[in-house]
Amino acid sequence: MLPAEILTSLFPAGHQVTEEGGLLAGTGRLDGQTTVDVVGITGKTYPGVDEALTLAGRILDIAARPAPAPLLFLVDSGSQRMSRRDELMGLSETLAHLAKALWQAERAGHRTIGLLYGGSAAGAFIATALACGELVALPGAWPEVMDLPSMARVTKLSVDVLKEKAATTPVFAPGLDNLFATGAIAEIWDPAQPLSDQLKAVLARPATGDERARWGLDRGGRQKAAAIAREVEQLALAHG
Amino acid sequence: MTSPTAAAPHAPLPADPHRSWYEESARGRLSHLLDAGSFSEFLGPQRRELSPHLALFNLPRQFDDGIVVGAGALAGKPVLVAAQEGRFMGGAIGEVHGAKLTGLLHAARQMKRDVVILFDTGGVRLQEANAGELAISEIIRATVQARAAGVRVVGLLGGRAGCYGGGSLIAGCCSALVISEQGRLSVSGPEVIETNKGVEEFDSKDRALVWRTMGGKHRYLIGGVDLFVADTVAAFRAGALAALDRPPTLDQAVLAAEQARLERRLARFGDTADGTEVWARLGVNQPTDVPDMDLDDFLTIANRQREGADAAR
Amino acid sequence: MENLRYELSTTKPAGGTRAVALVGVVASGNLEVLLERGEAADRCVIDIATPAHGFADLWQAVTADFAARSAAGGLRITINDGGARPDTVALRLAQGVRLMEKPE
Repeated sequence: MLPAEILTSLFPAGHQVTEEGGLLAGTGRLDGQTTVDVVGITGKTYPGVDEALTLAGRILDIAARPAPAPLLFLVDSGSQRMSRRDELMGLSETLAHLAKALWQAERAGHRTIGLLYGGSAAGAFIATALACGELVALPGAWPEVMDLPSMARVTKLSVDVLKEKAATTPVFAPGLDNLFATGAIAEIWDPAQPLSDQLKAVLARPATGDERARWGLDRGGRQKAAAIAREVEQLALAHG
Repeated sequence: MTSPTAAAPHAPLPADPHRSWYEESARGRLSHLLDAGSFSEFLGPQRRELSPHLALFNLPRQFDDGIVVGAGALAGKPVLVAAQEGRFMGGAIGEVHGAKLTGLLHAARQMKRDVVILFDTGGVRLQEANAGELAISEIIRATVQARAAGVRVVGLLGGRAGCYGGGSLIAGCCSALVISEQGRLSVSGPEVIETNKGVEEFDSKDRALVWRTMGGKHRYLIGGVDLFVADTVAAFRAGALAALDRPPTLDQAVLAAEQARLERRLARFGDTADGTEVWARLGVNQPTDVPDMDLDDFLTIANRQREGADAAR
Repeated sequence: MENLRYELSTTKPAGGTRAVALVGVVASGNLEVLLERGEAADRCVIDIATPAHGFADLWQAVTADFAARSAAGGLRITINDGGARPDTVALRLAQGVRLMEKPE
C-alpha cells in the first residue's frame, strides 16, 4: 500500500499529514473523538543524524503534551545511513535518542504504535519500528536485519546455501514472516479491511509490557530467549 | 583442531590491575574490575546454555554464548554486571547472549541495583540476526525502564571488538559511558561503510581515520561519552566508580536536554569532514596532535575544550 | 560439527578441590576447556566439539598424551574447539588442570 492509501484508510475522517525530506508529520482523525499524532519515515529513506534528530524532536514535543493522544509511527526506511559524517557526528547517540524519545512518549501515556508498511533494516529498524510500544505490519512489508547478499559476504556462504538454510529456521533470514515468527510484530493487518478499524482494535486493548520474547516462543521463532531471560532475572533476584 | 603449522602462542600472562583492558578477556576484565572474590555468575558455563543456531552454520559454540552475567561488588557497593567476550564471534549478540542481558536488566529494575556493562561487540550476530536484533530492542527497553526506576546503567567501552551496530544503540541508552583511547563507538563499522559506500567514503584500512571518526578521544571530545580513562583494568574500575556517581535520571527534561545538545552539535560541527576539523572548532590548538597525545596531555586539553554531556544522556 | 569422545585411564588423580574451571575462548586457532569433577579417580573423560573435520587422530594423540602426563584423574573435560593447533590444545588442558588445583 502507498502512504496516501494507508492514511486514507486509517483516517476516514481526514488527516493533515505531510511529507518532507522522507519524513512524515501531522495528525489524523480516527473518528469524531480520537485524534492520532502521526510521525513517519517513508520512501526507503536511510535515517542519518539529521533525520533521527528531527523525528526525535517531534516525538518529544508530542510526549510533552498534556493530553496523551495515540502516536502512530509509519515506517518504510532503509537501514541507518552509512557514512563517515553520520558516524563522526555520533549516529549511535542520535538513534538511541530517537528510541528513548519514543519510550518517553509511551511513558507519558501515549500509546506508540509502529506501522511497518515497507522496508526497515539494522539500526534504523531498532530505533524506529522496534522502539514502539507495539508494532503492526502490512503484508508486503520487508524488514531485514541484513540482506542475504551482505550476509553471504560475511559468512562466506552462497546466497543459495543461505536460502536453503533459511527454509529450516526463521532466525536469520529477512522478511515479514521471519520477523513475525521471532516475535517482533504483534499482528499483521489485512489491507482489504479498513485500517481505521484495525487501529481502533489495537487501541481498545490495554497496553501490555514487552511480550516479544513470549511471542517468539509461542510462534517457534525464538525458543530459548524467554526462558533464559526469566531464569537470569530470577537468579539475580534470589542472589539479592 | 587443525594441523600444527606454527609455534604455539605464548600462554596468556595472569592478569593484574595494570594489564591492558583491551587485551584482557571478558572474565579477566571482570575479575579485576570487581572487588576480589565478590563475583557470582548466573547461568555460567557449566549450565551449557549454548546457541541453538550456530550448528546450522557448522560454527563452534561457547558455553556462555559470549557474555558473562552476574552479581558482584565495586568498592563495597553491590552491582549487577555483564561482560561481552569480543573474541567469540566478535562479541556479536545472539538469542541466548541477548536474553541473558535482558534478564539481568529486568532484575536490576526490580532490585533498584545499578548495572555495569562491559561492551565488546560488533552488534547483531548474523547467523541469528532476527533473534539478535529483537534481543537488542528488548535490552534497550529494559535499560530505559531500569533507568526510569532510578537504576544507573554504566557502559565501559574499551574492548577489542569495539562497540558497533545495535551494541552502540544500547550504549546510547546508558546513564554514563566510560571509554579508553582504544574504544570505538559507532553504528556502522568501517568495513561496513566501505563495503556499502565505497573506499572513497571510508577507507577501513586507514586506522588513523577510524580513530579520528569513532575512537575514544573523538567521542570524549564531542560529549558522546562521559569519562576517558587509560587502557588498564584499574583505570576502568576507577572510571566505573565515577560513572556510578552520576545520576540515572531519564525523563522528559533529560531527553529535551539531549535533543538540544545533539542539535547544538550538528549546528556547530555538522559541516565538518574530519575529526581534526571538529577538534579545531572546539578550540584545540594543534588538532592534528590529538591522536598522539598521552593521557595527561589529552585530558588537560580535552577537559578545557570538550563538549560536555552532563545530565543530557 | 564433529563430536569426539575419549574415555582415558589415568594414574594421577586431579588435585585441589575446585568444582569447575574454564580456560580459553572459542576463537580462530583457540578453544575453551571446561573442567568438572565427577568421574572415577582413575578415569578422565574428554568430549570435544570441533568444526574442523578429520582430525580425530590428532585429538586421540593429544588427549592420550595429556592423560598420561597430567593429574587428570576424576575429571570430566568438555572442549569447544575453534580450530586450535595441537600445542594450543595441550597448553589449555594443562592450564585447566592447574586451575583446578588452585583455591577458588
